[in-house]
Amino acid sequence: MDLIAVAWPYWHQFFFVLFAATAIGFGFGVLLSKNVVRMAFYLVLSLGSTAGLFFLAGAEFVGAMQLMIYVGGTMVLLIFGVMLTAQKDFINMDTHTQDWILATIVGGSLLMVLLFGAFGSEDWKTPQDITDAEVQATKEATPLGLALTGIRVDTLGESTDAVAEGKSGYLMPFIIVSIHLLVVLIGAAYMARTKKLSHATDDKSSRAKLMLFKMEHEEEQLEEEQYVVTHRAKSALNPLDSENED
Amino acid sequence: MADFIDYLFGIDDSWFSYLVAALVAAVLILHVVAVGALLFIWMERKISGRIQDRLGPTRVGGKFGWLQTLADGIKLIAKEDITPDLADRFLFKIAPYIGLAASYAAFIALPFADGVVGQHLNTAVFFVLAVLGLEVFSVILAGYASGSKWSLFGAMREAAQVVSYEVPLGMCVVVPVMICGTMNLTTIANMQSGFFTNWLVFNDPFTFLTAIIYFTCATAGVNRAPFDLAEAESELVAGFHTEYSGLRWSLFFMAEYSSMFIVSALASILFFGGPHGPIPIADILGLLPTENLGSGSAQAFNENADGFFAAMNVQVMIARVLGVGNLILKGVIGVTLMMWIRWSFPRLRIDQVMTMCLKYCVPLAAIGFIGATAWQYLDLPTGNALVDAPRYEHHEMWTDGLSKNESDVEAEAEAVESVEEVQTPHANDKVTDASSVTVKTVPVSVEKGGDQ
Repeated sequence: MDLIAVAWPYWHQFFFVLFAATAIGFGFGVLLSKNVVRMAFYLVLSLGSTAGLFFLAGAEFVGAMQLMIYVGGTMVLLIFGVMLTAQKDFINMDTHTQDWILATIVGGSLLMVLLFGAFGSEDWKTPQDITDAEVQATKEATPLGLALTGIRVDTLGESTDAVAEGKSGYLMPFIIVSIHLLVVLIGAAYMARTKKLSHATDDKSSRAKLMLFKMEHEEEQLEEEQYVVTHRAKSALNPLDSENED
Repeated sequence: MADFIDYLFGIDDSWFSYLVAALVAAVLILHVVAVGALLFIWMERKISGRIQDRLGPTRVGGKFGWLQTLADGIKLIAKEDITPDLADRFLFKIAPYIGLAASYAAFIALPFADGVVGQHLNTAVFFVLAVLGLEVFSVILAGYASGSKWSLFGAMREAAQVVSYEVPLGMCVVVPVMICGTMNLTTIANMQSGFFTNWLVFNDPFTFLTAIIYFTCATAGVNRAPFDLAEAESELVAGFHTEYSGLRWSLFFMAEYSSMFIVSALASILFFGGPHGPIPIADILGLLPTENLGSGSAQAFNENADGFFAAMNVQVMIARVLGVGNLILKGVIGVTLMMWIRWSFPRLRIDQVMTMCLKYCVPLAAIGFIGATAWQYLDLPTGNALVDAPRYEHHEMWTDGLSKNESDVEAEAEAVESVEEVQTPHANDKVTDASSVTVKTVPVSVEKGGDQ
């Protein structure tokens, strides 16, 4: 009965350690694995564990976001991994020593910044005893959504003008980012579109026209007297000719 | 639930009661997945048989061959579990479990009735979509790890298809979220209580359009015919699961059938009233008092044991059982519709699938979204206004937390104003006091909110 009566918060910590260990462990899996697809898979598991940490903290919206954006984004990485490693030569990636050194410097300095940030914050030095009810009351996504549409719930009660200006919320950055993404989307669609040759508007396809033209061209070479006249006439008609001779 | 077990054993805030509560919920959901797959596979055989003028299974288990799936299951367990030589063994073995885990985990946030939900999430719609989106991992990993060209082709097709169909699917789901002003599935369902005219599908013509687009995209999203390119038998042997056998193979199908059910159930919650039937029998018989509607009753479970017993009277339980029955019935109807579509239409080519998505579904979903927004903005009469039926409003009242705080009243009034700007009021609001008491029973200080 003593074991049964162990309070829930300890088991909350247990799950925290579990998720954190999975996240770190699969992070090392990404580092040490040599197969691209397995790397992507470990990355998925690592990011999924991070989403678990968010859910554990009561931040359901952020957790679902983590699943949708990061894990879903890694899926695209996985697809590219599969597509690019269809040849056997690229399926295993060997990391050189200089790559390791460079990666350690970049990654290590970022880690240092994070560690200093985390341990430098006064608020985080002492454990905050937040009750379940407080977590329950603050975990709704509604204030976040309202802030994105221009209403900051948390600054509504502020009497000072300087803070109350925060009421405008994050509408402007939100719209800028949205338009930016839209432009990127349209740009990507434009780049990836099927490129058509300009004269391929008739009933015949461009490739068929090209073939036909080449065949005629060969025939014409046999008829030496008429060659110059006909070819010039054709090239006047068909812009493909210039490309052909280049 | 956990508090109830705490109360039962006379312990306080113990891991034991949480474990028991979690196990009860998990086993119940497992029944939906496993028994659902059992039923749906039998249904698929019977329906395909009838559509093709055959009888389907007739012998196993007496009448109608209703034990056919069980016999198949025993056969599959007895089969040898083969791993091909060229396979990536670890990924090959783990792939089916990922798919099953994803479609199983999506049930966590799916409310079967008011208060009957694995975990009450504030952003349940988003969670279900995000977790269901992970299912495609299993297909890609299975296709890659099999070391077979058929599997790889199937996986690549699936990847292209699912990634494109998530766009119109998301746009369709946004419409009910926008009309209800919440991502909480329980609240969305409860806003459609009453007669069937309250269902969001009848809200305006654009939501009707959106519901149809949603169902099309959901069919494509769970990889069902006519969008089942990943397992096109005529071209790819069996697509991504060509190399699988035995129980691992059947796990893919359990995942497929349970995600079919979950998208149908989601459709019924978002557009077809969810646990509320076409005629509010529970309301008419007075089983479900109005103050128990809304997520308030679900919260009562979590608050304390007294709240649990208060919420657990026989009438409410009957109303909940009715609700669960309604939702499961609607889900099964949705699955049946998908089967009907599968056996009626020929399979699309990959370019046709892409055309369908990018040229038809995305623009139509956009039109539906803009139209529904305009309808709300212009405050045009909704479906239930035409028959003058009452409608319950369950907007999330985040201002409740502020009003408990003794800060200036002006801010509160301003807050209420700004809420009304954002959430377009309906023609015949009936905001009950109890319904707006959702989560904010604890006063939240304004400064605390700033840290979030």
